[in-house]
Amino acid sequence: MHADSLGFIFLNAAIINNFVLALFLGICPLLGVSGKLNTAFSMGLATSLVMLISSVSAWLINEILTHFELEFLRLIAYIAVIASAVQLVEMSLKKFSPALYRALGIFLPLITTNCAILGVALFQTNYEYSFVQSLFYSLGAGTGFIIAIVLMAGLREKLDLADVPSIARGAAMSLMLAGILSLAFMGFAGLGG
Amino acid sequence: MAIKPDTQPITPDTFLSGIWRENPVFVMLLGMCPVLAVTNSVANALAMGLATTFVLLCSNALVSLLRRQIPKEVRIAAYIIIIATFVTVVDYLIHAISLEVYDALGAFIQLIVVNCMILGRAEAFASRNRLSNTLVNSLGMGIGFTIALLCLGSVRELLGAGALLGYPIFGQSFEPWIIMLLPPGGFFVLAAWLLLFAWLKESQQRRKQAAAAAPQNGGKLGGASIHAR
Repeated sequence: MHADSLGFIFLNAAIINNFVLALFLGICPLLGVSGKLNTAFSMGLATSLVMLISSVSAWLINEILTHFELEFLRLIAYIAVIASAVQLVEMSLKKFSPALYRALGIFLPLITTNCAILGVALFQTNYEYSFVQSLFYSLGAGTGFIIAIVLMAGLREKLDLADVPSIARGAAMSLMLAGILSLAFMGFAGLGG
Repeated sequence: MAIKPDTQPITPDTFLSGIWRENPVFVMLLGMCPVLAVTNSVANALAMGLATTFVLLCSNALVSLLRRQIPKEVRIAAYIIIIATFVTVVDYLIHAISLEVYDALGAFIQLIVVNCMILGRAEAFASRNRLSNTLVNSLGMGIGFTIALLCLGSVRELLGAGALLGYPIFGQSFEPWIIMLLPPGGFFVLAAWLLLFAWLKESQQRRKQAAAAAPQNGGKLGGASIHAR
C-alpha cells in the first residue's frame, strides 16, 4: 500500500501505530475507565467523537493560522477547540443519555486532557495531511483507541476473578496487561512494509 | 466556600510530599503518557523532566498570583491557557537550544499541555495557596517527576542498550534487550517499579502492625510473623 493512501493512513493510526499501545497516548483513561466492558466502550466512542470533531476543527484552524503566519498560537488554539468539543459532547450526553453521563463521571471532562486527542491534532499537522487524510487519520486513531480500551477492559474483567498477589493488584497489573497487549500489537509492525 | 488555607506555613513536607509521599508518577499515577513515551534513554528522560518542571513552576506561580482574579466558573480553561502559553515557550526554547533533543522528544514537548499532573497541581494546590508555598511545592513535584522519569529511563537504557547516558556499561558480550527500548518495555518497567514500591509499602505496614500487635514481645516475634506470612 502507498504510504499516502487513505486506507494505509487509517490502518496505520488504528493498528500499526496504535495510539495507546505504540505511541503511549491516552494512558490515563486506559488505566482509569477500563474496569467494565460497557463503560470502556462508551468511553472509547465519546473519545473518538471528540477526536473527530477536534481533528476537523484543528485542520481548519491550522489553515487559518498558517495563512496569517501565527503558528506560535497553534497549541493554544488547539487546546481551546478541544475543550469546547468536550463541552459539546458532555452537554449532548447529559441530554440524550444521562445514565451513560453518570457512568463516565469525572473521566468525561478529563477527555480534554487526554493526550491522544491533542496528539491527533499535532501529528496531522506535523505530517501535513490534507483534509480528507486528516479525517481518516482521526477515524483510525479513534478506532485504535476503542480497540485498545475494549481489549483492556475484557482482560481486566476476567482478571477480577483470578487470584493475584495483593501487591500486584491495581495499576501494576493493568500496566503489565498493557505491556503484553503492546507486545502483541508490535506484531503488526511489518504490515506497513 | 471552604476556608482558604492561605496562611499555611511552609514546612519541609510542602517540598518533600512531591518527591515521595505524593510522587506524581509512582503514587498518584498522573502524567503517564510522557513517562512511558520518552524514557527510552536517560538524556531524553532528563530533558523531559526539566521541561515539565519548568512549565509546572511557571504556570503554577502565575495561577497562584491570579488565584483571586480568575472566576471559579472558567478556572480550568484559564489554567489550560496559562499552561499552553508556557509550553509554547518551552517548545521554542528547546528548539533553539538543541535540535537533537527537540527531534528526539518530538510532539511530546507540546503534549506537556495535557499532562494531568500540571493541571492537577494548579487545581489542587496553586489555586489555594500563596506564591511562596506554591513555588516550593511545585519544585518538589517537578523534582519527584524528574526522578521518576530517570528511574525508568536508566533501567530501560541499561537493559535495552547496555549503556547509561550513551556510555556502554556492560561491554561487548552483552546482548541488549531491544524490547526494553520499544513500547512494551516502558509498560513492563513502570509495572516493575510500581510492584517494588507496593511491596516496600506493604512490608513496612506489616512491620508496623506487628510492632503494634506485640509491643511487649519485642521485635523478634514481630519479625517471625512477617516471615510466616
